[in-house]
Amino acid sequence: MRSIPSLARLAATVLALGILSVLRPVVALAQDGLQPILQEYQAEIAKPSRSTVEKVLSGLMAADRPGTAEFLLRWQDRGVYARPTDGLFFYAEEIGDALRLIDIDSGAAVAEVSSREVSQIRPNSGVRAVIAAALVPFELNAPDPARREAALDAIARSGDASQIDPLSQSIETETDPALKQRKERLLTLLTAQFASALPYRLAAIEGLAGDTSIEARSVLNQLTARVPGVGTALPTGANIANVLEVGTDISEVEAYDRLVSANLAPPRQSATDRRDVLAQHIVDGAVGGVPLHLLNTDAARARAYEALEAAGTVPPRAAEDEVARAVAAHVFYEVYTEPNPEVTAAAEDALSATSHTLGLYQTLDLVLDGLSLASIFFLAAIGLAITFGVMGVINMAHGEFIMMGAYTGYVVQLFVPDYTVSLIIALPLAFVVTFGAGVAMERLVIRHLYTRPLETLLATFGISIALQQLAKNIFGTQARPLTAPDWLSGALTLNDIVSISNIRVAIFVLALIFLALLLFILKRTRLGLEVRAVTQNPGMAASMGIDPDRINMLTFGLGSGIAGIAGVAIGLYAQVTSEMGANYIVQSFMTVVVGGVGNVWGTLAGASLIGFLQKGIEWFNPSNTLAAQTYMILFIILFIQFRPKGIVALKGRAAGD
Amino acid sequence: MSTPEIAPRRRFLAENPSVLWFLGCLALFTLGVTVLSEGFGLALISTSMVKILGMTLCLCLIAVAMDVVWGYCGILSLGHFAFFGLGGYAIGMWLMYARTQGIVVESLSATPIPPTDIEIEKAIASQIFGVVGSNELPWLWGFAHSLTLQLMMVVLVPGLLALVFGWLAFRSRVTGVYLSILTQAMTLALSLYLFQNDTGLRGNNGLSGLQNIPGLDHVPQSALSLWFFWASALALGLGYLVFAWLVSGKFGSVIRAIRDNEARVRFLGYDVESYKLMIFTLTAVVSAIAGALYYPQAGIINPAEIAPIASIYLAVWVAIGGRGRLYGAVIGAAVVSLASSWFTGGGAPNINLGFYTINWTDWWLVLLGLGFVAVTLFFPRGIGGLFDMIVRKP
Repeated sequence: MRSIPSLARLAATVLALGILSVLRPVVALAQDGLQPILQEYQAEIAKPSRSTVEKVLSGLMAADRPGTAEFLLRWQDRGVYARPTDGLFFYAEEIGDALRLIDIDSGAAVAEVSSREVSQIRPNSGVRAVIAAALVPFELNAPDPARREAALDAIARSGDASQIDPLSQSIETETDPALKQRKERLLTLLTAQFASALPYRLAAIEGLAGDTSIEARSVLNQLTARVPGVGTALPTGANIANVLEVGTDISEVEAYDRLVSANLAPPRQSATDRRDVLAQHIVDGAVGGVPLHLLNTDAARARAYEALEAAGTVPPRAAEDEVARAVAAHVFYEVYTEPNPEVTAAAEDALSATSHTLGLYQTLDLVLDGLSLASIFFLAAIGLAITFGVMGVINMAHGEFIMMGAYTGYVVQLFVPDYTVSLIIALPLAFVVTFGAGVAMERLVIRHLYTRPLETLLATFGISIALQQLAKNIFGTQARPLTAPDWLSGALTLNDIVSISNIRVAIFVLALIFLALLLFILKRTRLGLEVRAVTQNPGMAASMGIDPDRINMLTFGLGSGIAGIAGVAIGLYAQVTSEMGANYIVQSFMTVVVGGVGNVWGTLAGASLIGFLQKGIEWFNPSNTLAAQTYMILFIILFIQFRPKGIVALKGRAAGD
Repeated sequence: MSTPEIAPRRRFLAENPSVLWFLGCLALFTLGVTVLSEGFGLALISTSMVKILGMTLCLCLIAVAMDVVWGYCGILSLGHFAFFGLGGYAIGMWLMYARTQGIVVESLSATPIPPTDIEIEKAIASQIFGVVGSNELPWLWGFAHSLTLQLMMVVLVPGLLALVFGWLAFRSRVTGVYLSILTQAMTLALSLYLFQNDTGLRGNNGLSGLQNIPGLDHVPQSALSLWFFWASALALGLGYLVFAWLVSGKFGSVIRAIRDNEARVRFLGYDVESYKLMIFTLTAVVSAIAGALYYPQAGIINPAEIAPIASIYLAVWVAIGGRGRLYGAVIGAAVVSLASSWFTGGGAPNINLGFYTINWTDWWLVLLGLGFVAVTLFFPRGIGGLFDMIVRKP
């Protein structure tokens, strides 16, 4: 890394004058102005084409007259006009219908003409691209930082060796620290790829070790790219990556296929080919003396083919031993496309250093993913944990409370167009709506079923399907949008690997707030005290003057209300449909059961376990989230075998049954 | 030796007149449908209706099994439809394989040289699995060529799954609500697993064309539907008889005691876990048989069939029909599933309230859900409870 700027400085002294002269105010001198050079290439400039533009550009570069960059820019933008009478080129300004011609060298207005007296030069898009590439060195020193950045983007997209020098020279004069850093990076990448001086190149490659950006990795991957090769002996002078052992690195079938595709061996005869050949030689209902109806086994077909072979009617085919011999006679290897072994060795070293850093970042990314999934599960399940854990009531309609919360958010957005304000209104409103629904459900249904927990499950399931269908009737079957405000729509990006969307951060924060809030309510308030008392011993609590009915009602309302808020949060990143609740209900139950019933910490532990586990399994097989869910559920089933009361099990009298 | 075998049976039927009544009703119903059917009678009932009735009988059979495991033994399993689906998959594999084999052999017979066995198998595999981008026959299909082996699979696969799952669950004393959630997790895992394309059962495409029975191409669907209807009725009758006999004796008393107070039964010296495991496995096998009869009539099976919701509906049928009585489960399953297809199929007339028209395809589930809440709250004995009022208080 360190040697690159000094190299740049060295090269800069050679070419600095020429480049700086571009920026100098134009001095119009007839003999060293741009116009004479342009006149040398009059025809090519006036009628530019892909085949001639390179010649013009190299001529202009070689002459290196002031104003070249300006001219190229204008040429590219169709801002150059030719006067047919004398063939001179001008810039022009539009004045109404007329054009004011401007002298290219002096910048002075020359004449006003109608647009018919001059012809506008219109390079096609192919020519414009070539001009743009030639402009890059000029653009790198452009006074406007946006233009400099665009030039850097262009180099990053398609770099080549010719850009190394202008890039290193432009670093010297760069004033913007961010752009300067970017230029140095790009220079390292270009040097690693294209530099002709080996020491600089190796140093640059070394500098890329541990760089996890996509560009750096793709450069290293390009440098270490391999092509398969095969021959009777290893070629001399080639940069061999590795020799493949038949049977371990490469199967015999693959090896023979390579021989065939390299025209080193005859193709193997497939069963289909043999059948087709046999079908062409049917004589009197038999092939090679074997009757047709017997040809339904491989052995019989082989016999028939051998008979034909013996008679000389068909060519001999590659038998198994021939295949083995051919494979044994050849050596299979991989060659680097980069011929220099020092370069590839350095690149391999850099890559392996990078892969360590990469693994670290990927783990971090996985942890973040797991954390965000865990907070979603926590949000979805915490309401359930209260009703199920504290009251022992199974609420199958919990998912529908989540859905109600999400639809509340949607309806609020219909009336309040500002997304931030609507979110601020929707969160408490969702709580109020689902709190009300929860209290109503407790009063009307659950209260009558306290002694029959399994029937609570079924009754709340009835409510669940009714609510789901009701939502479908009101809002339709298609997904409704619940749009996040702008400040939530971005993502926190650490580098190319680690990034997390703001919504997920917000959900994580929301989960933390809920955790703190619930702990506060349960441990520090009168209501929490009474809830815990009723949980542990309803009879004793009642005799101490606590009204269990009221507490149960409030607890159920609280649990449902939290589900409503969770619904708004989930709706922000998932789709709001009538079935969204059903997608979370089984997971939520498992979160509560795995974590341990009747404990906020238990739910947290359950959500973390399930969230991290699912992401972890997904990591092994990223394309298949279904498999991840399947294995996670299997794990949970097994887990419950060994800890039936969950991770955080209540002990003593509070454990109940 | 023969008298003690016959004696308890006589006593069993004599003590349980409801079994005779049920079998009689079932026989009458079967006869009635046959006489009215398109295939063999007056053609007043369409073939598709016969199929629906036959499928309903299969649902009644799994409802009876559910009633035994839940109503009698107190295990609220929310996963019995997984066994039903597995039974369907097992028979569906043979149906699909054998039918594809027929088609493939016929098309290959036109080639000049007779095909080898490997060629036939490859052609079958690419026919069946082309839709999920594969042309290899998965190991899962190793028995699919043989009806006998695949029929064994109908019983063995769900039976083994129930045995292992039940053994794990009961051994660690997972009870009540936890067990319900665990069984629900099991059926969810199974359906998610089957939804994947690379598990060898065609992913979400499922198995299709099951209504065509290989080797019976010459039999019209109107007759085939009746054959399956009879088979379903026979299975229901036999299943009912076996379960009724099982729950009427001492065994039945023990499992009812487990339902009412598990700890006390354990203290009395009974091996509660073995009883539960046996009931769980037996009902799973019966569910699988019901599924194996159901899906050839339905014609298609896919993983959505065994989603957790299906098993919850099963519990709903049993609860509406009346738990703890086998005919209640039959009534519940028949009434709710037939009403469901009547309402959602557009059979029920819309009600115009002036300001709003109630369209039953939209509102049936709301009615079912609320009706279900009402039944749970006010008629815990379900529809079957009405019979008590008629029989005991004339």
